[in-house]
Amino acid sequence: MPHLVSIDNVDMRYGGAAGTLAVSGLTMKVGKGEFAAVVGPSGCGKSTLMKLVTGLHIPQSGVVIVADKHVTKPVSIVGMAFQNPTMLPWRTTLDNILLPLEIVERHRHRLRANKREYVEKAEHLLETVGLKGFGSKFPWQLSGGMQQRANLCRALIHEPELLMLDEPFGALDAFTREELWCVIRDLHAAQGVTIILVTHDLREATFLADRIFVMSARPGKVLKEHTVPFARPRDLEVMYEKGFNDMVHELHGEIASARVVA
Amino acid sequence: MSVVTKNTAPSTTPGKPLAQRINWVKLAPWLYTVGLFVLWELLVIVLQTPPTILPAPSRVFQAIAQYWSPIWKNSLQTLYTTTVGFAIAVVAGLAIGLFIGWSKAIYAGLYPLMIGFNAIPKVALVPILVIWFGIGAVPAILTAFLISFFPIVVNVATGLATIEPETEDVLRALGAKKLDIMLKVGIPRSMPYFFGSLKIAITLAFVGSVVSETVASNYGLGNMMSSAQSQFNVPLVFAGLLMLAVEGIAMYALMAWIEMRMTGWAHRSSMSH
Ligand SMILES: Nc1ncnc2c1ncn2[C@@H]1O[C@H](COP(=O)(O)OP(=O)(O)OP(=O)(O)O)[C@@H](O)[C@H]1O
Ligand SMILES: [Mg+2]
Repeated sequence: MPHLVSIDNVDMRYGGAAGTLAVSGLTMKVGKGEFAAVVGPSGCGKSTLMKLVTGLHIPQSGVVIVADKHVTKPVSIVGMAFQNPTMLPWRTTLDNILLPLEIVERHRHRLRANKREYVEKAEHLLETVGLKGFGSKFPWQLSGGMQQRANLCRALIHEPELLMLDEPFGALDAFTREELWCVIRDLHAAQGVTIILVTHDLREATFLADRIFVMSARPGKVLKEHTVPFARPRDLEVMYEKGFNDMVHELHGEIASARVVA
Repeated sequence: MSVVTKNTAPSTTPGKPLAQRINWVKLAPWLYTVGLFVLWELLVIVLQTPPTILPAPSRVFQAIAQYWSPIWKNSLQTLYTTTVGFAIAVVAGLAIGLFIGWSKAIYAGLYPLMIGFNAIPKVALVPILVIWFGIGAVPAILTAFLISFFPIVVNVATGLATIEPETEDVLRALGAKKLDIMLKVGIPRSMPYFFGSLKIAITLAFVGSVVSETVASNYGLGNMMSSAQSQFNVPLVFAGLLMLAVEGIAMYALMAWIEMRMTGWAHRSSMSH
């Protein structure tokens, strides 16, 4: 499988030479179409990893390669979603979702002439995440979970090759979270998009990912890599199997000891 | 956006006593104003203050009627200098605010300068303006401008400088340039701050124009009041004050209305802090 994302021996330090060393000797590769999850203790550099891959930060040493290109500036083939939804309150949900199209080079010149086509696409995405008919509402008229779904739509509208999710379901209740896991699972299956998911929820990582990277405490590097054996398509029922719980248990143990070392 | 009128049901229901059919909250400002005038009138009657110290409101209204033509002319003049100064302040304040808020470096460098400038009492600048432009409308306009543009600048710059880093990250990861981020996020985001500052700015603009008219003009309410004062025509002084209050309230209400119309979303969302 060709690699879409390749991080090789990367060091990233914030705030000059005497600043915080966030990640050190970080190496990881994610194949095209793969679903990778990153877990690790708090403050170990997971969000930093996201920013390195998207080109928001450039590492002091080491190489980040995305889609065969050395990353030296923000790469525009990604969609991002964070824990807080960052919807713009003066735009309707639909206009929020269309925002990336006004930015990305490939789309911004076509947007005005092909508005109908794009709006249809956005409405289709809204339907996929269970928000049909909410496009004309403002974000502050939606609940937290609904905003998070809209946030996903915004990350997907420009058909990114790579979807970066940084704890996108952290603030949701268990049932909404499971529902959105299924949405993500189906999107991944249907569109063949490559996904990197940062999460604190080990069950989420195990349920969704093909591979799970466990990071050490700061400065972060990859301690261990797991391949998740469960066959796709996975049903929520898989979480009640013994193998699933064993895996979660093992991950839990690894992170617990990574925290102690720090 | 539709306006939902509350309390329509009780006012249309027949058979209720009159006191319950009246919207007291809406009426309150008028009642209190009338109350204030009545209290003032009574005070003057009880204390028997001579009209050269504190004229009764009835005396003031009489003065308004008596001198209506000069009062009207001078009110328009003051409204004109204030509005022109305020309009310049809006344009310049918006431009300078956008410039200062553009980057952290400019913000850091210019902010202390702005604070220093704002610390100068603008009244102290009137003599300089008179030296440069002579007496008349120009110093009044410029004083109104100088005194009112600062809150606009600070508010616009703050709106720009406080964009959430996550929002910026999401857009930058898509390849957005600084200009994109400013146009799509920064400027819309700073609009509630901008429109909010207009209410403060218009009030200050009146202070500036009247002060300048008082010391350095032959027109305007400020000038009218200072010459009335030198002739001991105290009721006319108070008439001028009353006109200023009316103009101030009207312009403030206009700004508040514009704010509501333009940035209704900010009052409902949690964005504004
Ligand atoms: N902008 C920044 N400036 C300085 N230091 C930073 C910055 N961002 C992160 N850090 C530091 O880098 C380290 C890693 O931060 P990062 O946000 O990547 O952690 P994380 O793994 O995402 O944590 P969490 O799981 O709590 O979200 C932390 O110690 C943090 O203090
Ligand atoms: Mg993080």
